[in-house]
Amino acid sequence: MIKVENLKKAFGPKLAVNGISFTVERGEVLGFLGPNGAGKSTTMRMITGFIPPTEGRITVGGNDITTNPIEAKRLIGYLPENAPAYSDMTVRSFLNFSAQVRGLSGSERKRAIDRVIELCFLENVIHQSVDTLSKGYRHRTCFAQSIIHDPDILILDEPTDGLDPNQKHEVRSIIKRMGEKKAIIFSTHILEEVEAVCSRAIIVDRGQIVADGTPDDLKKKSPNFGSVILRVRGVEASAAKERVGQLGSVENVLILEDGDLVTLKATPKTASSDRELAASVADTVNQAGWRIEELRTEEGKLDEVFRNITKPDTASEVAA
Amino acid sequence: MSNSVTNTWTIAKRELSGYFASPVAYVFIVIFLTLIGFFTFSGNLGGFFERDEASLAAFFTWHPWIYLFLVPAVGMRLWSEERRQGTLELLFTMPITPGQAIFGKFLASWIFLILALVLTFPIIFTVNYLGNPDMGVIFCGYLGSALLAGGYLAISCMTSAITRNQVISFILSVVICLFLILAGFQPVTDMLIQWAPGWLVNIVSSLSVMTHFFSFQRGVLDSRDLIFFLSLIGFSLFTTGVILRSLRTN
Repeated sequence: MIKVENLKKAFGPKLAVNGISFTVERGEVLGFLGPNGAGKSTTMRMITGFIPPTEGRITVGGNDITTNPIEAKRLIGYLPENAPAYSDMTVRSFLNFSAQVRGLSGSERKRAIDRVIELCFLENVIHQSVDTLSKGYRHRTCFAQSIIHDPDILILDEPTDGLDPNQKHEVRSIIKRMGEKKAIIFSTHILEEVEAVCSRAIIVDRGQIVADGTPDDLKKKSPNFGSVILRVRGVEASAAKERVGQLGSVENVLILEDGDLVTLKATPKTASSDRELAASVADTVNQAGWRIEELRTEEGKLDEVFRNITKPDTASEVAA
Repeated sequence: MSNSVTNTWTIAKRELSGYFASPVAYVFIVIFLTLIGFFTFSGNLGGFFERDEASLAAFFTWHPWIYLFLVPAVGMRLWSEERRQGTLELLFTMPITPGQAIFGKFLASWIFLILALVLTFPIIFTVNYLGNPDMGVIFCGYLGSALLAGGYLAISCMTSAITRNQVISFILSVVICLFLILAGFQPVTDMLIQWAPGWLVNIVSSLSVMTHFFSFQRGVLDSRDLIFFLSLIGFSLFTTGVILRSLRTN
């Protein structure tokens, strides 16, 4: 549905986006991650046709966004960053306007408006003017605008920003549900959101893609992925460390906690998710007769991966 | 084709309803009618009665000056507000062309200004009650006034695209409109004649809205005057498009 090829955008001498390529198909929810200023919003603005790319090609449902913008924009629903909306309008008239621009008329329009009002829980504020809305309501109003024409493609720039935990949960479940039938790209800073909603994630740093895969794939890049945490009683920390370290598949062992209760972290030579290391550690413990308090295999954390591959570059941030 | 008319009208309707949703429209109309009444009937300024003739000359003479401040006040927010609110991004990612958006917004404000102008209709009754005026001339005068307002408005549209600050947008468009008045103002032309070659004086004064506006007031419906105002509007709106495009590119 969305195809981005070698996308570049220069603002003066600075390359905000530097050669990004990816595709998103129907049924995919793509999480777009990256530190501030990585080029996420710029990329989304180019896909939605708000700013023209310096180089590269974007096709949306087969329509080139530069040469055939109207057809492409018809297929897209877009929630810009900060959720702008006309402050002098009421929620209902704003949605009515959005529906009209999207070519909906008559009873079809009324149905579409009622549907998004229900979906985004706007019943209480439909006659309120946008500038009197709380941030959460304004956000949902703008979100409602983006789905009013039931688009095939949804581009959401930080859709859960500024929402309370309940609203966040609500918006996530809407996105997840819609993702079954649509192609969705959304950007976020919240990594747990990616695990909860996305079928795929892309991490962008300084205008380039630094990681692309399912959330599980990405987690495997975590330095702790596959290591085994062991908490036992009835043994000296150094003795336990030595014993576990003798296992063939163990690379090294760290003592995390010493004393009555000993906590060890064993890193495998080759990380995998098959839990074999945990099994052999368990055998060792049983043979030695220690008492197990806890034994688990680390699955890796997205935020560790994120921090590892998007190292802050203070020099370039100062220049920017 | 019909699609682009629909889109333009959708944009225009939204903009128009925005005027009447706030007190802006009513305040503007009251101020406009009060000012124009004062200038027309005041013995020292328009001298409607002192002229002792059945015409609206006293009425129309002041339009370029009243519009000079009131039209930029209407137009200053057109694009600067979209930029400030961030709705520009919404508007330009909807399936409409920039041309439709620009013209739609312009059209809404123009309709509003024309509405305010139409509300001066009691003066037509007044002059008809007092004498026997040439209705053709009066119609021509109104047409010229509407076009003048459209010209100023298109300029305000352009300056409001330049900045997200409405005050700057207002001042810029007042300055440009003032230039367009003064370029053909008698004292300025007289001063220019003393040192500039005749052709230059002609070019400068033909840029002025005054010469074109006053030929409407004399009841002359000249296609050159019509073309002048329409191309002023066309040029300003085109420039608005160029400015908005370069905003998005950089």
